[in-house]
Amino acid sequence: MKAFEYSAPKSLKDATALLSSSWGETEILAGGTDLVTSLKQGIAAPKRVVSLRNIRELRGVDNSRQGLRIGAMTTLEEIAQNKQIKEAYPAIVTAISSIGSPQIISVGTIGGDLCQRPRCWYFRNGFGLLGRQGETSLVRTGDNRYHAIFGTDGPALFVSPSSLGPPLIALGATITAVGPDGKKRDIPAGQFFQAPKSESERETALKSNEILTAITIPSAGGRSLANATYEVRHRHGLDWPYVTASVAFQRENGVARKPQLVLGHVAPVPWVSAKAAQALEGGKLDEATAKRCGDLAAEGAKPLSGNAYKIQLVKTAVKRAVLAAAA
Amino acid sequence: MPKAEWPPAEKRTLIGKPIDRADGPAKATGTAKYSYDINRPNMLWAKVVTSPHPHAEVAGIDTSAAEKLEGVKGVWKDEAAKEVNYVGQIVAAVAATTEEIATEAVSLVKVNYNPLEHQVVDSDPELFKGDPNKRDQGNVDEAFGKADVTHSGNYGVPVITHCCLEPHGQVAEIRDGEMYVWPSTQNVSGYADRGLSEAAGIPQNKIHVDCQYMGGGFGSKFNPGKWGTISAALAKQTGRPVKLLLDRDLELMIAGNRPSGFSKIKVGATKDGKVTAFESEVWGTSGMSGNPPDLMPYVFDKIPNQRRIVKRIQTNRGPAQAWRAPRHPQNCYLTLAALADTAAALKMDELEFFTKNLDLTARPDVYKEELEIAARLVNYNQKKHVRGDKTPGPIKRGLGISVHTWGGLGHDSECDVTVSPDGSVEAKIGTQDLGTGTRTVIQQVVADTLGLPLDAVKVQIGKNEFPRSGGSGGSTTIGGVSTSSRLAATAALNAVCEAVAQKLGTTAENLEAAGGAIRQVDKPSNRISWKDACAALGVMPITKRGTQTRNEGKAKGFTNEGVGGVQIADVSVDIETGVVTLNEMVAVQDCGLIVNLKLTESQVYGALIMGITYALYEEAVYDPKTGRMLNADMEFYRLAGIKDIGLLKVHMMTGKGYDDRGVIGIGEPPVISPGAAIGNAVANAIGVRVPSLPLTPDRIITALQKEGSIV
Ligand SMILES: Cc1cc2nc3c(=O)[nH]c(=O)nc-3n(C[C@H](O)[C@H](O)[C@H](O)COP(=O)(O)OP(=O)(O)OC[C@H]3O[C@@H](n4cnc5c(N)ncnc54)[C@H](O)[C@@H]3O)c2cc1C
Repeated sequence: MKAFEYSAPKSLKDATALLSSSWGETEILAGGTDLVTSLKQGIAAPKRVVSLRNIRELRGVDNSRQGLRIGAMTTLEEIAQNKQIKEAYPAIVTAISSIGSPQIISVGTIGGDLCQRPRCWYFRNGFGLLGRQGETSLVRTGDNRYHAIFGTDGPALFVSPSSLGPPLIALGATITAVGPDGKKRDIPAGQFFQAPKSESERETALKSNEILTAITIPSAGGRSLANATYEVRHRHGLDWPYVTASVAFQRENGVARKPQLVLGHVAPVPWVSAKAAQALEGGKLDEATAKRCGDLAAEGAKPLSGNAYKIQLVKTAVKRAVLAAAA
Repeated sequence: MPKAEWPPAEKRTLIGKPIDRADGPAKATGTAKYSYDINRPNMLWAKVVTSPHPHAEVAGIDTSAAEKLEGVKGVWKDEAAKEVNYVGQIVAAVAATTEEIATEAVSLVKVNYNPLEHQVVDSDPELFKGDPNKRDQGNVDEAFGKADVTHSGNYGVPVITHCCLEPHGQVAEIRDGEMYVWPSTQNVSGYADRGLSEAAGIPQNKIHVDCQYMGGGFGSKFNPGKWGTISAALAKQTGRPVKLLLDRDLELMIAGNRPSGFSKIKVGATKDGKVTAFESEVWGTSGMSGNPPDLMPYVFDKIPNQRRIVKRIQTNRGPAQAWRAPRHPQNCYLTLAALADTAAALKMDELEFFTKNLDLTARPDVYKEELEIAARLVNYNQKKHVRGDKTPGPIKRGLGISVHTWGGLGHDSECDVTVSPDGSVEAKIGTQDLGTGTRTVIQQVVADTLGLPLDAVKVQIGKNEFPRSGGSGGSTTIGGVSTSSRLAATAALNAVCEAVAQKLGTTAENLEAAGGAIRQVDKPSNRISWKDACAALGVMPITKRGTQTRNEGKAKGFTNEGVGGVQIADVSVDIETGVVTLNEMVAVQDCGLIVNLKLTESQVYGALIMGITYALYEEAVYDPKTGRMLNADMEFYRLAGIKDIGLLKVHMMTGKGYDDRGVIGIGEPPVISPGAAIGNAVANAIGVRVPSLPLTPDRIITALQKEGSIV
């Protein structure tokens, strides 16, 4: 670990003022479950680390006019234990509890989960976000069993690591960020993640001196919102998923309306499957529909040399998520 | 005069009993100190500089910038390093006042490399050049010609690592011309080797080794290793104690690989299921030197017609180290998977098939009895089905069987038992307790021999100043230390008996120890308490040595070799995701006379967990282009967690035919079978063979798709 300056300001204003306008010079610290590893491995080597732990307003879950507001520093545990979330958003609770590690869940935060860096083993071994050696993509020539099967035309081939991104997008959440000028910026969750085109870009819409402050899930306006997440994981305890699927729809007279379907761990961003979701619209919520939805979701996948098996997992995850939401 | 031979069942007071491990509380409360916990006054931290290249010429090592960093006290360079052969190979090291400074100093060392061509792929037989090691027995071609059924298949086991929870390394300190080391080692008496002595410039007779607790070695911690010699050299150079233990990533990259074994196998059988011919071509890697596992065919080694071809693939990977039951788990999987597939080709039940072929093994009767017990414990007859679970739905259930063997003869060992005039007893052996319970079993044997309660005996181990005892490898420790401590305790007892015989009006011949007293065998009421008996020794304590040697120990029936075990796995596989759930695993095992039933069973439980782990999760993944190990962490180098291991059932074979064989080791045999048993269970469940371990979702889905079982 390279020595760095550490500060833990009490206000957002002070915090943003301490952040650099270029990536890499400073890093934001939330629960530290991801950042500290990167610091130790030299993947991150900032001059200054700015901790958000003393900023009160970033913590907690409340109801606002726009919906349910979750502060960025709220821990995953607090979210999974929140009564309202437990009742209304199984898609989120499943995503959190499936992480499988009580330690990570109790210190990791929702802001940190959304902003965590990819687990791509070329990135973590020091070959950069795009996993290159010179002009060669090591991901393409090497072992890509855990990499992307969608969006693989671009240079970024890692998978977006956040299990919370897909359900939040499916639920139509908004992400709020604050910059050095104190101005708030609302970003639809679906536009928050981006696939970097070069090493100098990052994986979210945030600027290096912006802080993610809150996530707001719009209220369903009295309608019942069916939602679920299904994750395919190898180990039954702590592990990363191979593929996840989150689905949400309004239920009207036994059929689905306004369905949303988002896949996780299949692309550099949470992968929105609009066409597959459409198959649910107005349809009967049965096994056949769920299966068709899964098959459609798998369409257009362009796997790499060693991960075609993920296509089957997409089909299964989608089918099971739809059936779980319908149940 | 009390005899040393093992007492009959009715005379055993502590031997064979399920006694808790003596050091359990110390470990549970953290008072047990492992090498990493040892901190010496003025101690320095050492960190190593390693090669980022899988193969390169070393053109120069410049440590000047590191030396200038404040807090750096010593620098070591591999002067002989002309070439590096794998990523992570150590070329230099620094010692500094804090771990952080040492880490930073490492980044300041400049090594000039000229990269050379490298090769890390081990799964392609075409990579082998030259003449393979070949052996024929019987008439293989003719036997295949005559066989009613032949089956051919490919099977593989990748390189895995030891993944010891406690890393390799030691703390070294030189004081007044003598060196004190606190290593993590499986070999206390033999640890202070010439390499360590030369590195420190201290003769072997002035090196003090102390290892009280071990956090796992599994065959990878016999010698000081480069990390050991470097810390000794830095202790010498700086005149201060030096701590050098590997970090997790290096632990996985360089501290020991288990060789891979890939294969092409052909089996010939008669239509009623007798195996007549077996041909195997095995290739794999042990890094730059050493051979792939070559015990083919495994266990069923009396198949009349055999051909074995072995191809060694050299790779630029970290060196191989013995891994719990070296070669056996790989060869067990390769052989037993091919045999189970032959049973499936014959549409024959696996249990019936294996039972029918037991005469091709060394111990048919033992395996037969064990298979019957295992089948009962797992409810085989209710659950069994021919290959491919036909019940509807995505979850398929299956059973799989495996059979294994191991040696386990006790190693050479010496023990001193000292009895003091106040009746207190101490046993000293230069052995080590790897977490297996060695400390506890010595205490049991000595206390039982002297007719005393367990806590009357103090046991000292873990130092090379104690009587010499073998390294803990090959499951040889229990046979060695139980015999040497029995011999020493019996000799001490006889001395006490001699001292009190006259007082009791009889001869030592006619005395025995029982219930805290020395008493007359044919007139137990004629007795003297142990304490009073020892007072008769006079003012000097007595010390008696027990010396066990392999040959004598075996000839006299104290220890023996050759054990058999069988295991049956019961799994469920989700064929839409490829996720395997282990429902249940049954292990039936013999190991001669059991000294501590609880600790023995613990060894089997631990082995099952380790076996389930390599069957389902473990694999060292290497990048072909950069030669890096991609998963040198505990995130993608997966180990089983508590939720992954299912219900484990252990049955030890005891009583007549087993107890009378003498004491035999147990640490290794039960880790051999899980790969084969689980692999066979998955095949039985899904109807398709997944050729290579570990049985990950990607491999399972790919295998199902290849066979057209899912689209
Ligand atoms: C073995 C393992 C398995 C895991 N499995 C899963 C899984 O299945 N699914 C999953 O989703 N996660 C998984 N995780 C990741 C875990 O959920 C994240 O590490 C955690 O959520 C990060 O939260 P944190 O608060 O600790 O973030 P930190 O480590 O503090 O920060 C993470 C990153 O986010 C940035 N950041 C944090 N907060 C903000 C903010 N408010 N504004 C701007 N930037 C910010 C930091 O600068 C840093 O780059 C796993 C982790 C491990 C180690």
